[in-house]
Amino acid sequence: MTAIDPTVHLTAEQVEELGRELDAIRDEVIADRGEKDADYIRKVISAQRKLELVSRGVLLFSIFPPAWLIGTAGLSVAKIMDNMEIGHNILHGQWDWMRDPKIHSTTWEWDHVSPSEQWKHSHNELHHTYTNVIGKDNDLGYGIMRVDEDQKWHPFHLGQPLWNFLNACFFEYGIAAYDLELGKNLHKRRRKNPEFRARAKAVGRKIRKQVLKDYVIHPLLSGPSFLPTLGATFTANLVRNIWTHSVIMCGHFPEGVQVFERRSIKGETRGQWYLRQMMGSANISGSKAMHFMTGNLSHQIEHHLFPDLPSNRYAEVAVKVRALFEKYELEYVTGPLPKQVFSAWHKVFRLSLPNKKPTVKTPNREKELVAA
Amino acid sequence: MTSTALRSRAWKLLEMVTTPLLPSDYLDLVSPLRAGADLRGRIEAVRPETGDAATIVIRPGQGWRGHTAGQYVRIGVDVDGVRLWRAYSITSPTHRQDGRVTITVKAIPDGKVSNHLVRRAKPGTLIQLDQPTGDFVLPQAKPAKVLYLTAGSGITPVMGMLRDTEFDDVVMVHCAPQPQDVIFRNELHELVADKKLRLTEVHTDTDGMLDIARLDELVPDWAERETWACGPSGLLDAAEEHWTERGVQERLHTERFRPSIVVAGDGGGEVTFSSTGKTVDADGATPLLDIGEEAGVLMPSGCRMGICFGCVTPLKAGAVRDLRTGEITEAEPGVLIQTCVSAAAGPCDIER
Ligand code: FES
Repeated sequence: MTAIDPTVHLTAEQVEELGRELDAIRDEVIADRGEKDADYIRKVISAQRKLELVSRGVLLFSIFPPAWLIGTAGLSVAKIMDNMEIGHNILHGQWDWMRDPKIHSTTWEWDHVSPSEQWKHSHNELHHTYTNVIGKDNDLGYGIMRVDEDQKWHPFHLGQPLWNFLNACFFEYGIAAYDLELGKNLHKRRRKNPEFRARAKAVGRKIRKQVLKDYVIHPLLSGPSFLPTLGATFTANLVRNIWTHSVIMCGHFPEGVQVFERRSIKGETRGQWYLRQMMGSANISGSKAMHFMTGNLSHQIEHHLFPDLPSNRYAEVAVKVRALFEKYELEYVTGPLPKQVFSAWHKVFRLSLPNKKPTVKTPNREKELVAA
Repeated sequence: MTSTALRSRAWKLLEMVTTPLLPSDYLDLVSPLRAGADLRGRIEAVRPETGDAATIVIRPGQGWRGHTAGQYVRIGVDVDGVRLWRAYSITSPTHRQDGRVTITVKAIPDGKVSNHLVRRAKPGTLIQLDQPTGDFVLPQAKPAKVLYLTAGSGITPVMGMLRDTEFDDVVMVHCAPQPQDVIFRNELHELVADKKLRLTEVHTDTDGMLDIARLDELVPDWAERETWACGPSGLLDAAEEHWTERGVQERLHTERFRPSIVVAGDGGGEVTFSSTGKTVDADGATPLLDIGEEAGVLMPSGCRMGICFGCVTPLKAGAVRDLRTGEITEAEPGVLIQTCVSAAAGPCDIER
């Protein structure tokens, strides 16, 4: 736990009132959801497909440097769109209300080595339900890092800046391993578990398809441009991975974001759950284009409060959510991308070392609660 | 290698190129009506028929197999961004030169799809189609004498028949509130003028509902005629009784537009888990996820609070209420519900 609980000034009634106010914001959007939203996602999907098609087309001639540059840039953007504004959000069920079987959380597959079925479980279910609860939410440090003072330090953590960098470069593989809970499942006994083996197989299949497409088929189609196309796809994947990793780091790692203990969520009410999402997430400020390229995860706080609202609505929701933060005197953690990325990385470095000195005076929460 | 084998190889290769999407996802961008695509149609025109009915001219995709006069087609239309499916009789003849088909839709009060089609549908819009089906059709061998007994929009499948096949002796009895409510009135009167049809219009606002006994006077030889009847249940029930009483029920063919009778209440209802064959009573406040689990049905689940979509399951019949918003969702093909935040709103059928 962070030394000072920033929500101690709220009474239980206030927390429930806050929950009701957030529910009202949600209901308003749902009542207004309609044709223009459907048009939006269809337009984005069609634009992404066209961009990918054109970029891959240009890369057939990537032996010429300008073609390489344009094609690589286009493909990088297309891959980012696929993963962020489209894939992440569809897999959240944000567009299920359209009842279009082609744009549905149960049928969507994305340009990513983690099969969407597995990702939905670890992300939607575990991460979004147990946001920032140590020991429950594996997104906290992706299982390989120490991200809070209260986590025990181990010499292994000395290397965490390096792990984090490698994870950024090969982020989609990191996610696939994470969805498989590889660390936990590689033990001899668990490896044999048929359920785990089936899932590992599914990942293997997906990796094979993705690798074949990016590193064999498309380069081959390019003929004399084989090597440049290979390099271009590798670069596009790298760009996409580093970008998504950065955006996702900004969501829960910057300074000011709270983590929670397991026992603190026992018997949690709806209001308390909302409050935990508010305190456990951080936003990125910036332009419309910026929000779009992050898949609106720059509105991470709003996304965590309402993971199933269409992403194109987070910007308008953010205004109202922010007003609630002010009303209840809570800190709305946000900042421009470079600042947030720096803040997150700074934490990764800081916590790779043991705590400077034992935290002197952690206020005893139990006592405080009794006092209140 | 045969050409089909070659083609399937080429397709496999193409799938490797487009993975994780399918080649058709890209082809749909440029040619949604091509052969091999999911069956769709494009609305090409919307022509008003009466104050609350319109004919929708549709260019079907190349996979369209054609219909038999009297059949209906299910169409999927996006209304306020939500895809809704309804069935409508086809009103065009079977071999229209231009390959288009028409349906004629009457806007019913509170009808989401019918009102959308009649008042707001725009030419150029893509809609989803199923192949035409239905056995309310004419026989191969031409009957000598025919009676069409229709009311309201029940005239639509019959219009498809009238436009498709000429008979020597055709009588039609059609009911509508007022003359101006008679769909296709001009065309019917032209047929009458050409002596191709004998028509009796019953205007129920002034004449009252058609008493089936009046048929004896309107069409004295009705019992000798091969009859096709379509309209509200009351009319069809009365007709079936009348024909049976005279022992000529095999000459009567009826078509009922299944109105979606969904009983949506507060009190819950009987829930059927159709895959496992379990039926249990559910109140209107307990999530269907809990109801199913208690009944020993294997229910998928995740967060149990409506955020992860790990519990979505098809709703095959009936209606459910979203416990968060109170919103009612009625069963329709393809409708999935989150069982953890939905409770029974009347009897319903969950595919588990
Ligand atoms: S169990 Fe998570 S949405 Fe229903």
